[in-house]
Amino acid sequence: MQDNFFITEQMAVGYNKKILIDNINISVNRGEIVTLIGPNGAGKSTILKTIASQLSLLAGTVYISGKNLRNTSSHELAKTMSIMMTSRIEPELMTCYDVIKSGRYPYTGQLGILSEYDKQQIAESMKFMSVDSIADKDFRCISDGQRQRVMLARAVCQEPDILILDEPTSFLDIHHKLELLSMLKRLVIRKKIGVIMSMHELDLAQRISDRIICVSNNRIDKCGTPEEIFTDEYINKIYNIFPASYYAGYGSAELERVTGEPEVFVIAGGGRGINTFRRLQRKQVPFAAGIISENDIDFPVASALASEMVSEKAFEPVSTETFDKALKIIEKCRKVISCTDRFGILDNANQKLYDYAQENNWLV
Amino acid sequence: MNKNVRYTACFVILSVLLATAVIIGIYSGSVRISAAEVTEIIAGKSNNRAAENIIMQIRIPRVLSSVILGGALSISGFLLQTFFANPIAGPFVLGISSGAKLAVALTMIFSLQIGSILSSAELIAAAFIGSMLSMAVILMVSGKVQKSSALIVSGVMIGYICSAITDFAVTFADDSNIVNLHNWSMGSFSGIDRADVTVMAAVIFPTVAAALLLSKQIGAYQLGEVYARNLGVNIKLFRAVLILLSSILSACVTAFAGPVSFVGIAVPHIVKRIFGTAKPHIIIPASFIGGAVFCLVCDMIARTVFAPSELSISTVTALFGAPIVISIMLNRKKSV
Repeated sequence: MQDNFFITEQMAVGYNKKILIDNINISVNRGEIVTLIGPNGAGKSTILKTIASQLSLLAGTVYISGKNLRNTSSHELAKTMSIMMTSRIEPELMTCYDVIKSGRYPYTGQLGILSEYDKQQIAESMKFMSVDSIADKDFRCISDGQRQRVMLARAVCQEPDILILDEPTSFLDIHHKLELLSMLKRLVIRKKIGVIMSMHELDLAQRISDRIICVSNNRIDKCGTPEEIFTDEYINKIYNIFPASYYAGYGSAELERVTGEPEVFVIAGGGRGINTFRRLQRKQVPFAAGIISENDIDFPVASALASEMVSEKAFEPVSTETFDKALKIIEKCRKVISCTDRFGILDNANQKLYDYAQENNWLV
Repeated sequence: MNKNVRYTACFVILSVLLATAVIIGIYSGSVRISAAEVTEIIAGKSNNRAAENIIMQIRIPRVLSSVILGGALSISGFLLQTFFANPIAGPFVLGISSGAKLAVALTMIFSLQIGSILSSAELIAAAFIGSMLSMAVILMVSGKVQKSSALIVSGVMIGYICSAITDFAVTFADDSNIVNLHNWSMGSFSGIDRADVTVMAAVIFPTVAAALLLSKQIGAYQLGEVYARNLGVNIKLFRAVLILLSSILSACVTAFAGPVSFVGIAVPHIVKRIFGTAKPHIIIPASFIGGAVFCLVCDMIARTVFAPSELSISTVTALFGAPIVISIMLNRKKSV
């Protein structure tokens, strides 16, 4: 379903007539969420501000529903596009209702009197973002999570075709991040709104976005579906995470590995090792981990944190070489942490390592 | 519904206060005239020429000018607070009144030297040029400083510079008419005649009406420039109009009454608290009435406390206004 109702062609953006990024080609379909990701200062906000006509377009063309943005009056644009920016607003003595109501500005006359339809739109968007219970509260007195919901309700009652959101989830705790994004998703599907937003939370961007645009080093580095963009190599490269520890499957990254001769061997597997790995990292103890199958959920964390790693290919029995390698490390560090003392029959190799460590009194 | 009741109640109370202050202003003064006689004079049935002059030529113009100029100052303050998104912005603290004062003083001295008397329209024009010059400086400063407190300090400094030059010019001007100029440059509602009242009404009422017509845009601008632009407000034009209206208002006040301090900050602040809203279509008319009451009361104090000698109006308005500014700053970070 490609309707491309929002397109930028060869768009160039920047401040004070100085081009920061050029040759930007973005397209958004109705009901689709397109997310800009990329390191700080890459120019995500500049792109969003230009699209929202807050900064002037330096070159190229932007089309909304086939109409050139340059030939669209600010009044017409207000009925097509609404925004939610990162900067906090502190309006004096305004209730949440007053803030949301401002979304109807483009539709009212010079006296600003709301029609029945206007009121209905306000009520509906308040209900949608479940902010009706705080409608009469002073906007400055509500929590950050509520603020973002009110601002989104405000943007929604403007009845936009396209919604521009600059880091909508920054400053929110995880509960409110998930809540806001779930609401956004429902909204977009139901109202067939196109969304362009920027985000820093890669894990969430990966989950909510239909398409991803990577902005890095003052250019559009790559565009694609989340599956195409969120690969370990690409994310580690674009965010310059070194040593590379971003794992796309979980959407998480680990702190820097402690390198050096391993002081302890961790017998792990089945996800039981993750906490131990991280605890050792926190204490800055170099460690070895094993024997972990490459399809084990401990594997990504161990390979990011362990200074030495003994692993076996997925769905293969542990080979003698692998076992000997693990044994050699254990003999060298003479300290073993086992994350369990019950091994399954398929975990025979680790059982043997455990027994060996126990015989030598190396278990800690 | 609840809110509309509150707004109506507040408007009724303000109007009653205004009516009371106007009546007291007309019926009382340093020359004792009985209430019955004042009523007769107003009805046009009195034969006492001296008393009639006092009422018709002095008291009524003075009361009316306090009402109009007080209202104008408050609205000028409200517009500037909107423009700078700063609750302690006002024509006096930003040095705009002082700029107008300087321009008026220089023009007066010059015209006295060449032997001509300025008309009130010319005075307003001079004041307007002066206030626009101060405004230009303030706008330049506001482009450079991020902190709103720095903006206010710059404004106060501009005010001091303009006042210093005015004092300098007034001290060295060698005409006896300068005595009047000296009184005026301290700020006073005295010496305004009926013709002046007509002129100020002709300038101020249309300006206030224009501000009221901008209510919708002002309301959007209260959410910040970014959201206002997204809602379709032509920001450049809007800002220019805002500056123009507030400068006309403060220039007109300065031309007739000299610099009057703190009314522009104190009144909109109190009115917003009383009404519990910052909605411009409520606050603009309310500030006008509030400013009128505030200036009437202050003027009454100025002329009666040490009668027959008068205090300058700014002495009294500062006494009430300055503590309010301090309280605004103290409550700034606390939410309501």
